[in-house]
Amino acid sequence: MEKLIESFSFGLFFWQIVIFVGLVLLLKKFAWGPILKAVNDREEGIKQALESAENARKEMQNLQADNEKLIKEARAERDIMMKEAREVKDKLISDAKEQAQEEANKIIASAQASIESEKQAAINDLKNKVAELSIEIAEKVVREELSAKDKQLKLVEGMLEDIKLN
Amino acid sequence: MQRFLSHLYLSDMRRELIEKILVILFISAPFLTWAQHETTEGHEAPESKRESIKAFIDHHLQDSHYFTLSEDEEAGAHYGIPLPVILWDNGLKVFSSSKFHHGETVAEVDGNHYALYHGKIYKTDAQGTITYDEDHHPTNAKPLDFSITKNVVTMLLVSLLMFMLFRGLAKSYTKNNGLPKGVGRFFEPLVVFVRDEIAIPNIGEKHYKKYMSFLLTIFFFIWFLNLLGMTPLGVNVTGNIAVTFALALLTFLITTFTANKNYWGHIFWMPGVPKLMRIVLAPIEVLGMFIKPFSLMIRLYANMTAGHVVLMSIIGLMFIFKNWIGSSLSFGLAFALSILELLVAALQAYIFTMLSALYFGMANEEHHDDH
Repeated sequence: MEKLIESFSFGLFFWQIVIFVGLVLLLKKFAWGPILKAVNDREEGIKQALESAENARKEMQNLQADNEKLIKEARAERDIMMKEAREVKDKLISDAKEQAQEEANKIIASAQASIESEKQAAINDLKNKVAELSIEIAEKVVREELSAKDKQLKLVEGMLEDIKLN
Repeated sequence: MQRFLSHLYLSDMRRELIEKILVILFISAPFLTWAQHETTEGHEAPESKRESIKAFIDHHLQDSHYFTLSEDEEAGAHYGIPLPVILWDNGLKVFSSSKFHHGETVAEVDGNHYALYHGKIYKTDAQGTITYDEDHHPTNAKPLDFSITKNVVTMLLVSLLMFMLFRGLAKSYTKNNGLPKGVGRFFEPLVVFVRDEIAIPNIGEKHYKKYMSFLLTIFFFIWFLNLLGMTPLGVNVTGNIAVTFALALLTFLITTFTANKNYWGHIFWMPGVPKLMRIVLAPIEVLGMFIKPFSLMIRLYANMTAGHVVLMSIIGLMFIFKNWIGSSLSFGLAFALSILELLVAALQAYIFTMLSALYFGMANEEHHDDH
């Protein structure tokens, strides 16, 4: 320890302080300040770049999610529209069928009615014709019958017979 | 209680030093005895050789008024640069250290005479007589010595290097679109390391910014000086107590002057303990305030000095052995230790910075109730 104190040189101590403090101040102004600033700036830059990249990635993800959502919605809408169209189509077809059926029924009904009336008219016609024919025949028969006396008598007798039986 | 832990680093450092020396002694013991055996058979006097190596190491660890690159003691030749001597002795005296002729002559300036003795300048008479007390310490007057010594020159060179290096790095950002270029690519991660691993975890996100300049400067300053100590230039700046004292003092001053209320509260009136304990703890905590930077000072000094002593001793062994087995073994050992010292150079810079940051963090700790 004594040797240490003895070897202590005040001059060297003085110069050390002067040189070192000077060096610290000089380097602070000309080296450490700019160096640390540059390093800091670069680190900040890297950090920002990373952050913006992350943001861009997130945005991309969002966009993709949006797209998918849109596609899904479009698909669902398409499905609904298709379903509706199908329903409309089915309804149209069934309506048409019904209408046709009705029309057909109507036609059939009117046809039947006209057939019936025609038939009735024909029957009436026939009846009239039959009546006329019968009268004609009866006229001819009666004329024939009443031409001879015995035949007239026979007729009366036959008629009387019928009445008796009754 | 964390602050008590840091006091223990002191003993840690001592243990480290002792361990290092023990390991070296253990490994080299067989060769030492062998070497003694060899030499006692009578090639040369081993004691003088050993003494001269010891003196050389001592000399190397000390600061010097010359920037010596090489010297040949037998021929008395020195190769290097004399440095300016600046003395305050009733007025400023500036002259070149070449006037001392490496301590062989007395320098005469403005009618005053100065002599260089063991790296220190003493005021003497014209003949350069130095009087000693009973412990063989010179009793001559010592003028205040502000000389630009070898260590000061080294610090200036390192400061210049750091300024150019980091100024270049700072400039390369503007030129290169915010990216470092060239050597900055190596140093930028270290700057970021000091910020992310030392400053922010210890001081906190909120306050770390104002300490960054100090922490970065002290980290690279100590590291570069430690590395420079590994070169054959033979500088030992961070292993000098005045240097580590100055650095530790700055840490202490910054801690003290930026401390918040909470820090002083913890020292003088420890919350969460009984009143009597608070009175007992206050002086301990006040002592702790000074021990913390003191431990910083001693740790760096001792680690670097120990590293230099051990390394140079092993290199010195090569010259003592003077045979191919011992010398090559100590060469291998010196090589391995050099690699270890490279690690220590960075580690000590890291520890000094880390602990400084830790102390700054304590000074800025926010109040919380979980004590």
